Amino acid sequence: MKDEDLRDLNLPNYEIPPELTGQLAITTLDRIYNFGRRSSLWPMMFGLACCAIEMICAQAGRYDMARFGMEVMRPSPRQSDVMIVAGTVTKKMVPAIIRLYNQMPEPKYVVAMGACASGGGPFKEGYNVVAGIDKFLPVDVYIPGCPPTPQALIHGMILLQQKIDRQSIKHVRWYDGKKEDAVAVPVPYLGPDLIDPRRIPEIKAKAAELAAQEQQIAPQQA
Amino acid sequence: MMTGKGILKGLGVTLKRFIDTYLDDLRWWGKRYYTPEGIAHRSSKDAKGVFTIQYPEEKLPVPEEFRYKPFLLYDEGPNGEQNIRCTSCGICAKACPPQCIWIVRGTDPQTGRPVPQPAGFWIDADICMSCGFCAEYCPFDAIKMDHNYEVASYTRNLMDINDLLKPVSYYASIRPLNYAREEEARKAKEAAKAAKSQA
Amino acid sequence: MTTPAPAETLDLAARFPGAVSADTRPGYTGWIVTPEKLLEFAQFVRDELGYDYLVNLCAVDYLPENRMEVVYNVFKTTGGPGLTFKTWAPRTDPIEIPSVISIWPGADFQEREAWDLYGVKFIGHPDLRRILMWEGFEGHPMRKDWQEAFYDEDVKPFKRRWPDGKHVYAEKRAVYGDNINFKPGFDPEKWTPTDPEEALYKSLKKYKSETTDGIETDHIIVNMGPQHPSTHGVFRAVVVLDGETVVSLKPVMGYLHRNHEKIGERNTWLQNMPYTDRLDYFNSMTNNWGYALAVEKLMGIPVAERAEYIRVIMAELSRIQNHLILIGMLLNDLGAYFTPALYAFEERELILDVFEAVSGSRMMCNYFRFGGVVRDIDEDSLRKIKDLVFDRLPRKIEEFDRLLTENEIIVSRLKGVAPLTAEEAIAYSMAGPMLRASGVPYDIRRADPYGIYDRFDFDVAVRYNGDMYDRYLIRVDEMHQSIRILQQAVKSIPEGPIASQKPSYTTKVPPGESYGRVEGPKGELGFYLVSTGKPNPWRYHVRTPSFVNLTALEKMCIGTKIADFVAILGAVDIVLGELDR
Ligand code: SF4
Ligand code: SF4
Ligand code: SF4
Repeated sequence: MKDEDLRDLNLPNYEIPPELTGQLAITTLDRIYNFGRRSSLWPMMFGLACCAIEMICAQAGRYDMARFGMEVMRPSPRQSDVMIVAGTVTKKMVPAIIRLYNQMPEPKYVVAMGACASGGGPFKEGYNVVAGIDKFLPVDVYIPGCPPTPQALIHGMILLQQKIDRQSIKHVRWYDGKKEDAVAVPVPYLGPDLIDPRRIPEIKAKAAELAAQEQQIAPQQA
Repeated sequence: MMTGKGILKGLGVTLKRFIDTYLDDLRWWGKRYYTPEGIAHRSSKDAKGVFTIQYPEEKLPVPEEFRYKPFLLYDEGPNGEQNIRCTSCGICAKACPPQCIWIVRGTDPQTGRPVPQPAGFWIDADICMSCGFCAEYCPFDAIKMDHNYEVASYTRNLMDINDLLKPVSYYASIRPLNYAREEEARKAKEAAKAAKSQA
Repeated sequence: MTTPAPAETLDLAARFPGAVSADTRPGYTGWIVTPEKLLEFAQFVRDELGYDYLVNLCAVDYLPENRMEVVYNVFKTTGGPGLTFKTWAPRTDPIEIPSVISIWPGADFQEREAWDLYGVKFIGHPDLRRILMWEGFEGHPMRKDWQEAFYDEDVKPFKRRWPDGKHVYAEKRAVYGDNINFKPGFDPEKWTPTDPEEALYKSLKKYKSETTDGIETDHIIVNMGPQHPSTHGVFRAVVVLDGETVVSLKPVMGYLHRNHEKIGERNTWLQNMPYTDRLDYFNSMTNNWGYALAVEKLMGIPVAERAEYIRVIMAELSRIQNHLILIGMLLNDLGAYFTPALYAFEERELILDVFEAVSGSRMMCNYFRFGGVVRDIDEDSLRKIKDLVFDRLPRKIEEFDRLLTENEIIVSRLKGVAPLTAEEAIAYSMAGPMLRASGVPYDIRRADPYGIYDRFDFDVAVRYNGDMYDRYLIRVDEMHQSIRILQQAVKSIPEGPIASQKPSYTTKVPPGESYGRVEGPKGELGFYLVSTGKPNPWRYHVRTPSFVNLTALEKMCIGTKIADFVAILGAVDIVLGELDR
């Protein structure tokens, strides 16, 4: 472990005697836990569209995310900590994305990279586009940009690290146990259009209402 | 041909690149990182060895034309007031390809007639495709593309007029050449106007 | 070579009395064929006139005239201008048109696309399933009377934005509060899910278990993708395997279908420019060019001289970085994890620096305008380009050559694998390096020149074995040729204006149709446009090389090992943005 890392880990109010710096840190369980997570965030090897290319660039030689312990891109969700949603989320793809997310072990994080993943992006009006992955997944960091440059992505990842630093084991959503979709999100499916299981009653009510309206209009026309 | 010659040749290439790393670091001892010359050298045709920009400690400089998200300009008045350049003419909103600019044209509260000031201005940064059309076609140089890419956040990004406004001095600092050119054109125009009114 | 009389002077109407007539609408060219005679006409065009290469097939919905048209653009692989013909049927379901798949097998996916998005039934197509949307989706979304959930107005600019543009999220306006739409009375609980995959699996060859050496063996179905590290994005292939050998394969796409064309028909002419960046997001410069070319053709405007040179420089730089990445990624697919890819990305970064300096963005350049480019190359960037093309890139391409070309493992993995003959490549409408690796020296820059390519001295790279190794080599050859073009272009670039038109956010385009095609790094990129004289295109269709080149994927993969499939796909060089649009 490097000296700076130990210094980071130490709580601010505790002085370490000079002869022991670099060897000892007084800390809390939370800090160790957070330190462990934030220092080796393994992203999932998972690209959707143009933004994914910038994500690869951030992994390649020039920007080298390995400097942050993020070099190991895992093709399998079971081995990854953070899902960088890099690109346009389409209706056809979203069931697969949710399934991947559900398969990730917690602690797990979601980064919405680019305009598309954050809120639909330039293709928002399209009939096959989901307007932002936060409709389904809890997003931790939003990175606007189309595409965000590799440096912007790294900035977003640093923000994620800062967020992790502030978390406490007691309050993270996956150990809470109260929130229903804290760990797994119901997988949407493809019908005549995309159906989110959580919204079925709402859809049903609205469709019935529309049908009633139509009934009212029809006799008038006849 | 000897089998394995091709592999050896290839390995030679990787070995050379490995050694180059150290040679270049030695040649540039201490100056290769965290200095502007070092960054420039690492992005030049002679770049060899470690190619990495040590972001966030050092940053790759962005070129003048770099575009990220748009922002609105205001001129600073003598008493610190903000004179927004935008006249709410609506050209940017019409040109914007994903239609993510929303403008409410200002009206005079007494007469109800339009005034050249926006009463509301929004850009949905989660739709904006950073195409730069708004800046390109604004006839008043009132909207420009920002260089700041460190804009990640914990929430969605809908920018209203307060988030968008930045002083002209900031613009002059990020795009000096463009700024100088536009100022010149404006002065020339004013001079022509003055000459005309005198004549 | 005997050249048959050019099609323009041929009177095809006399040859097929009553069935063929010249398209006389203003701004249109070519012939209109009745559906009954379509196959006979197509056969004649291919066999007698020599138009052996079907490049583009798309549907156009003429809603006011109650007409659904299907447009065919065919060319000769010996070069020269093409021939356009159309057929049409009334817009009432079922819309039936005979399939030309028996004449040009390359029509396969393009007809499926027209079925999916327009609901044109191609009679005789063996596997007419939806291709971009999923089976079970309601409606044919590209029809002019079909509206998406976030529908605002028919065309941009939307009135809701100005002068009274108080911001509202589109979700707030949509009926279901999101980008979804259902028929009135739809009940998701009572709705029985039809398996959208059923038709797909049915279309795969029925497998049977067999007994070899007393052991019962069975074929297995493997789904690769949409999330798979080696499918270059969200591409999916369903493979039937006998042991490790591929018996049957179906590509499944649409996981990145972002409705480029629907949005494109709402956009104004200029607004489409930045959208084209996002087609093949490695080569936004080439995409811009293709679109600009098609619109310039319609408008009949010239391009500023200096801009022509700038266009060539940008397109060729783009080609080099594309091929570098392709080679790097191909090696990844072969298992040489990341060293060549990292080297490739390094060179690409240097080229992207140039793009960023001139256009403002690394990937989404949005650099071309009708009649020119948006801004001039500054001195500094020109110097950088010179450094690259005279010094760095030739050196590095040579280094790649040393690193890879003779490597015994690469040679044995690639040589003789998945060959495609010249005839097959033409029949499947393959384009670009894939076609030229099979021994067809067809390069649009020479065969149907655009821009100022006729002024440069370069060779059309061609290789004759059509196997994987040639597909690799042809990319290296092309990079050398691109360097040659670049060296000539940067030396002879003239001073002068960079646009022939005044910059304006509105564009006046006379009515008519046009097909603009450029030789993209991945193959032919074509834009079929229909203008009605309005500020927005009536039809905006993109013929992309990634999409059409995949038609031959099944043919190439059958009989190879599953591990080779990954490499074969890699060598086709697909990019999902333009595959799914
Ligand atoms: S945000 Fe822009 S660059 Fe990223 S996926 Fe969407 S369109 Fe592509
Ligand atoms: S920013 Fe410029 S183009 Fe947009 S409304 Fe204001 S003055 Fe007009
Ligand atoms: S940069 Fe382009 S997309 Fe973004 S606000 Fe300006 S015109 Fe609209």
